[in-house]
Amino acid sequence: MNVQEWTFLLVAFTFALYIGVAIWSRAKSTGEFYVAGKHVSPLANGMATAADWMSAASFISMAGLIAFLGMDGSVYLMGWTGGYVLLALLIAPYLRKFGKFTVPDFIGDRYASQTARIVAVVCAIFISFTYIAGQMRGVGVVFSRFLEVDITLGVIIGMGIVFFYAVLGGMKGITYTQVVQYCVLIIAYTIPAFFLAFMVTGNPIPQLALGSTDEAGIGLLAKLDGMLSDLGFGAYTGYNQSMLNIVCITGALMLGTAGLPHVIIRFFTVKRVKDARSSAGWALLFIALLYTTAPAIAVFARTNMLNTVPGVAYANAPSWVHTWEESGLISYNDLNNDGIIDYAPDATNELIIDRDIMVLANPEIAGLPDWVVALVAAGGLAAALSTAAGLLLVISSAVSHDLVKRVFKPDISEKGELRFARIAAACAIICAGLLGIWPPDYVAAVVAFAFGLAAASFFPAIMLGIFWKRFNAAGAIVGMLVGILFTGSYIIYFKFMGGSQEDWLFGISPEGIGIIGMLLNFGIAVPVSILTKPPSEEIQQLVEDIRLPEVD
Amino acid sequence: MSPKQYWSFNVKFVTLLLSIWAFVSFGCGMVFAPWLDQFKLIGTEYPLGFWFAQQGSIYVFVILIVTYVVVMNRVDKKYKGDSQ
Repeated sequence: MNVQEWTFLLVAFTFALYIGVAIWSRAKSTGEFYVAGKHVSPLANGMATAADWMSAASFISMAGLIAFLGMDGSVYLMGWTGGYVLLALLIAPYLRKFGKFTVPDFIGDRYASQTARIVAVVCAIFISFTYIAGQMRGVGVVFSRFLEVDITLGVIIGMGIVFFYAVLGGMKGITYTQVVQYCVLIIAYTIPAFFLAFMVTGNPIPQLALGSTDEAGIGLLAKLDGMLSDLGFGAYTGYNQSMLNIVCITGALMLGTAGLPHVIIRFFTVKRVKDARSSAGWALLFIALLYTTAPAIAVFARTNMLNTVPGVAYANAPSWVHTWEESGLISYNDLNNDGIIDYAPDATNELIIDRDIMVLANPEIAGLPDWVVALVAAGGLAAALSTAAGLLLVISSAVSHDLVKRVFKPDISEKGELRFARIAAACAIICAGLLGIWPPDYVAAVVAFAFGLAAASFFPAIMLGIFWKRFNAAGAIVGMLVGILFTGSYIIYFKFMGGSQEDWLFGISPEGIGIIGMLLNFGIAVPVSILTKPPSEEIQQLVEDIRLPEVD
Repeated sequence: MSPKQYWSFNVKFVTLLLSIWAFVSFGCGMVFAPWLDQFKLIGTEYPLGFWFAQQGSIYVFVILIVTYVVVMNRVDKKYKGDSQ
């Protein structure tokens, strides 16, 4: 069997699995649709959270990003894992104790304000759509490269599968398919890594191999640093950006992670407060498996690339260069007409490699067996679909529960609400599909938005709501608006209106500005809250109550 | 254990864990990383700052959550026992 046949087989097999799980776990009530009936075990919830969290970006793009950024790529590793500590310690257990369905539920009830609820709904929907666009692009890339299917058809197939289990099963269907998807994606990610680690260093554990030596006894990292400096690049193991910017970006990603509604919502699905805490632990453990493997893959990939491509005649370049050139993700432009691939950090560079292909192309680059290459394709699809489904549920519950039920039609029946939830999920899938077929060319830029806004709006509103009883609606609303307006306009100005890098505030890039937005939010919310009336006795009682574990 | 004691213990414990969280990531993984890079992680070829940034901090994060889970489960039990 060749690569393509293996890929068809594995993708068809995993898709059949997801559909089987979906039929088995249909949702019969709104409770099951929004929060899987709150019956999910911490271990399953940990896996589902990990799959929900690790998107096409984590699976497909992150190792490639690190491979090219080196030490600067650490911001993603620490940023996207460190947020779970905040979630586990500051947010998850209390929101579980609060015990409703969604994040706008909490914001609306804690501040007894429909305005706050609607601000939260708008943020949740915006953040989720931003994110989904990236997932659908991931699905398209995998389909077009590995199955040689048209991107549009690929997106439609992917959407069809998600449609099936998200609309039918709601959170219950999504949770159990995510458990399966986690297993698929982690196997797909680690197996090629074992192979590579073993081939390069003789040690199959990537995390250990990265810190060891090659056959010649030279440290892997030192060797890569040497190769890069010979070509004129900066060292792989050292930061090449300002420390303030590194700190701000990492902080914004951490706080954004802790404020992302599709992650928070997962902690509503377990039985007890203690399960919410331990599922955050499981989730981070499962995420850490991939996140500590990624830097190793990054180094193997960059080393392999530098070993095989620069200075080689184009005609003799390895076959993967040519296959990926067809998909437009690698381009070679022979500037000096010598037929040799020159690779350099400056204008003489002739080879442009899209970072996204590093993980997908790695098994080919290393010459691994065909089934491993196919496995990576199935894993990429699992990562993209699981995240898309989680986001769709946030959109659907924000519309049917937070808007229809809590704002416009409080007397709607359970059945009616469930129907609304399904219709909202279906519409969201169609919108997401359209975003996947005609991706806005600023996908990467808008992701900074999702994190910046989550950090600057949700995180302070949720955290202060739990840890400061005296915090009131006025403070929360003003804080959220200031956070959103500041962060949003900074990102729009520098990402879309051509603001130049010299004008960055303290040299902080738009990716990191969420942290300043968050500080502003805190800085304004606290005095406003002190100067206005304290929340009612009832609300203060609610806060007392969510701080304590349930006594059963 | 009264609700007040439970909460004040929780806040102190969370503060302690978050200081470690910040020290390991923002400290060892970022601000002090260039300085730490002159050392190697014992028995490996990892420059220490690089290790903290791309491996160590993540391990510490997992350990921090596990510690929180184990300790708080015990404290919860004590609280529940006392309030019955």
